[in-house]
Amino acid sequence: MRRRVRPGIALVTLVLGGCSIQNYQSIYGNAAAEAQQFNALFIIFLVICAIMYVLVIGFLIAGIVRRSRAEPANVVEDGRHHETNPLLRPGLIGWGALIGTGLVALAIASFFADRSMANAAAHEKLAIDITANQWWWDVTYNSADVSKSLRTANELHLPVGVPVRIRLHSNDVIHSFWVPSLAGKQDLIPGRDNDITIMPTKVGIYRGQCAEFCGTQHAKMALVVNVDSYGDFIKWWRHQLQDAPTPTTPLAMSGYQYVTTHQCSLCHNIAGTPASATVGPDLTHLASRRSIAAGALPMSKGNLYGWVEDPQSIKPGAKMPTIGLEPKELHAVVAYLETLK
Amino acid sequence: MSSRFRANLTIIAAAGLVLSACDREERHSRSKPIGETVPAGQSPDTIYPGSGTPPPLDARAKLYDNNAPAIAEGQRLYMQMNCVGCHFHGGGGMGPPLMDDEWRYGGRIDQIAATIAEGRPNGMPAWRGKLTDDQIWQLAAYVRTLSGQPSKDAVASRSEEMSNTTPQTLTPREPTKTSDTAEQ
Repeated sequence: MRRRVRPGIALVTLVLGGCSIQNYQSIYGNAAAEAQQFNALFIIFLVICAIMYVLVIGFLIAGIVRRSRAEPANVVEDGRHHETNPLLRPGLIGWGALIGTGLVALAIASFFADRSMANAAAHEKLAIDITANQWWWDVTYNSADVSKSLRTANELHLPVGVPVRIRLHSNDVIHSFWVPSLAGKQDLIPGRDNDITIMPTKVGIYRGQCAEFCGTQHAKMALVVNVDSYGDFIKWWRHQLQDAPTPTTPLAMSGYQYVTTHQCSLCHNIAGTPASATVGPDLTHLASRRSIAAGALPMSKGNLYGWVEDPQSIKPGAKMPTIGLEPKELHAVVAYLETLK
Repeated sequence: MSSRFRANLTIIAAAGLVLSACDREERHSRSKPIGETVPAGQSPDTIYPGSGTPPPLDARAKLYDNNAPAIAEGQRLYMQMNCVGCHFHGGGGMGPPLMDDEWRYGGRIDQIAATIAEGRPNGMPAWRGKLTDDQIWQLAAYVRTLSGQPSKDAVASRSEEMSNTTPQTLTPREPTKTSDTAEQ
């Protein structure tokens, strides 16, 4: 008795291990219309293929058992098997019909999933450009009014219930945009424009990741996706459009001086200051984000210290050089970065 | 053990020894900036127009010259820092060309690095304190590829930009001479 129960428990544990109650980063996530389509399609495929698999294996086992009974004639090979068993001919015709029907059902299901996604793409309300770099995401929100367009990095905010078209570009090598809870993968290819449409249906925070090996720091190239209510989204957009606040404390002020006159300003942009380069991630509202260095570390004072002082030991090979700031400069720079809410 | 087998074993061992001497090109990512780890030689900043003996080569030169990752990073920086704006892809425009054999301030890698770091009259800005030493040397390593100085196996076989000239690996090597006579 006990011998029979144990494998059962192991199996149940395995199956339950596959369950995931969080939607943060899950291939069974259903936080967007696209993910729901994919899930429905997956279940249809799974059921149809499982039925066929069970039937094939069943016939195979039946065949083996039947053969071993050692009947007098080897009826299949002599071409007259239908004479020995009247059921065989209609059985084979029925089997062919079953395969045909199954394949047609799968084709129809994927056609409708495709069509509804294409339909959503035709009703886009918001266009976002994402440019992948080694190893971070450059995000641009476009608006017909150029003064309302904004640039941010490594964090995507989407309004719930609005179809969003994301255009995908790359500056160096092939990357892949993948937010499993929202939609499937789409590659970002240098010199070519790709796009993906997402209509989020659930408010929440999701994690996306580069899904195409793109260099040493491929694993640390993540993206936080915030799905907000429409009101929150507009509030966020308005906030992001504002310039960086002027520092008030003397320490932050000297950090401002360093950032805008030394190495930082050569690659980074901080709106409302002389730092206006586009090579690296935009830092205008850095402190309002959840993570730094494309999801390598959560946003915190200590992590900012570590990252600014020695990015190469946190993300070796990243394009941000280790400058070797003196402690005084480091305190000031971090104090200033923390004001960029 | 036959003598033939022993001979084969010796050959294999020798080959292993020889191969173990092969070394991957070094990439410095975790370390401190190279400017701080290698003692700088005599400053190559002094300008030697045509005559006189320049100071000995900076100790850092061998870390960057002919170093493929350094050249590749330099190439990125050349575009990102908008060197193209004045020098174009070596052909020169507002700034002097970098693909010919004339070097107003010296064509050695340490002299080019000094030119980038300190800036030069008539428009070349100083990048010291803006770029790290590491980046300045990477840029200098790349600038030398424009006149075909590094060995061909260190250079990428095609350029990043649209180009209608010969591939980088086929760039002819120009003799480096300083030009005290060139019009300024």
